[in-house]
Amino acid sequence: MISVFLPSQLDQYTDGLRKVQLSLAADQPPCLQDVITALDQQFPGVAFRLIDEQQRIRRHIAIFVGENLVRDLAAPLDGNDRIQIVGALSGG
Amino acid sequence: METAIRVLLGTRKGAWLLDGRAGQNNWQLSDPVHLGSKVYHVVGDPRNPGLVLLAEGGGHLGPSLFRSTDAGMTFDEVEHPPQFVRAEDESGRSVDHVFWLTPGHSDQPETWYAGTSPQGLFRSRDGGINWEEVTGLNDHPDFFEWRGSDKDGTPDGPKLHSVIVDHSDPMHLLVGMSGGGIFESRDEGASWTPLNKGVAMDFYPPKEDGSEYLFGHDPHCMVMHPLDANRLYHQNHCGIYRLDRDKGDRWERIGDNMPREVGDIGFPIVTHPRNVDTAWVFPMDGSGLWPRTSPDGRPAVYRTIDGGRSWERQDRGFPATQAWMTVKRQCMTTDTGDPLGIYLGNSSGQLWGSFDEGESWQILAANLPEIFSVETLPA
Repeated sequence: MISVFLPSQLDQYTDGLRKVQLSLAADQPPCLQDVITALDQQFPGVAFRLIDEQQRIRRHIAIFVGENLVRDLAAPLDGNDRIQIVGALSGG
Repeated sequence: METAIRVLLGTRKGAWLLDGRAGQNNWQLSDPVHLGSKVYHVVGDPRNPGLVLLAEGGGHLGPSLFRSTDAGMTFDEVEHPPQFVRAEDESGRSVDHVFWLTPGHSDQPETWYAGTSPQGLFRSRDGGINWEEVTGLNDHPDFFEWRGSDKDGTPDGPKLHSVIVDHSDPMHLLVGMSGGGIFESRDEGASWTPLNKGVAMDFYPPKEDGSEYLFGHDPHCMVMHPLDANRLYHQNHCGIYRLDRDKGDRWERIGDNMPREVGDIGFPIVTHPRNVDTAWVFPMDGSGLWPRTSPDGRPAVYRTIDGGRSWERQDRGFPATQAWMTVKRQCMTTDTGDPLGIYLGNSSGQLWGSFDEGESWQILAANLPEIFSVETLPA
């Protein structure tokens, strides 16, 4: 089970939910993109606010797997990860 | 009883609606819409009463568009907001924010256009729900030469703005790019040509062969008169211009007729909907370090009633001194009243209104975030 912690910036999509648990299909090892896809199915529209049309994580969004900052959506997961999406500190 | 007016305000920290009547003092400000989001443009649809589109983005989250069918009371996110096609390599562009929204021609009631930062032109054929690139412009082989590098854009990103759909011909489109210049299409966006002859480009050295630059300019705001599709005005980084398109393709710098001590630098320009020769600008200081605040701290609009041959100062109601206002390109608009109402929002969060065609001004709302756009909801 993957735990995803959500930032307040997504409240308009999540109705204030701060944590979701995802159980991804297991035919192959999951990656971060699979998490984004699953989130978008649950909260339609959220993916494009986090990931641009060139499949890059947006400049002011940070995604941590465990304590590691990850910028690559192909980053592999082990299926029991703690993922935190953060509205990155970007001034003031 | 005067007609009810709804002003749509986009700001650095959200959107607001402001309701009132001409000449009234107690205008009613709504609760904030999408508080905390940068809202670049909120535009009503003159063809579909109650339809309003709202462009936000550029903060933590990526951009999106929201759609209201109840005149701005509630908004839902559209299904497919403007986004560039995904590239196979690292060259792909991504939309930072939708900067400009324009309803299409009256014969195409479901068509909208959007201009983005970085520069891109997008079109919707279903009332703003789904968007796709206007590839005739975005993929034009000269596009990147026209627009230059990101350094040639505005400080918060290069922008495509002033999307104009000719009210007499839906095939005829015009856009402004900062930087890049003005470009024109006669085939609904399939092909484009520069339309910048006569426009100064003081921020580049003169061409050694003595010719003029055909692109690379910095138009700030362009308008087509609603009664005469041939009459164009534009406020440029380098002056105020007029073009009578049926008489040629060379802009005339009507800003040369402004008082020298005021100059002809600014962002917005608006026209009188019932008089092709009447227009207003809000001059700002383009000297020295380009503060782009009211010259000498004395805000005023300037009106021409003769197509730019002369200008008159209108400042009654504005502070007489120490008022350093900045008014951005989407922050000045009119209603359709008689006499005409004019509205301008500044970067200090004040919304000013005039209900006597610019003769006198009053504050309608204050203490808002930096105002990005001001539009009136079509009746």
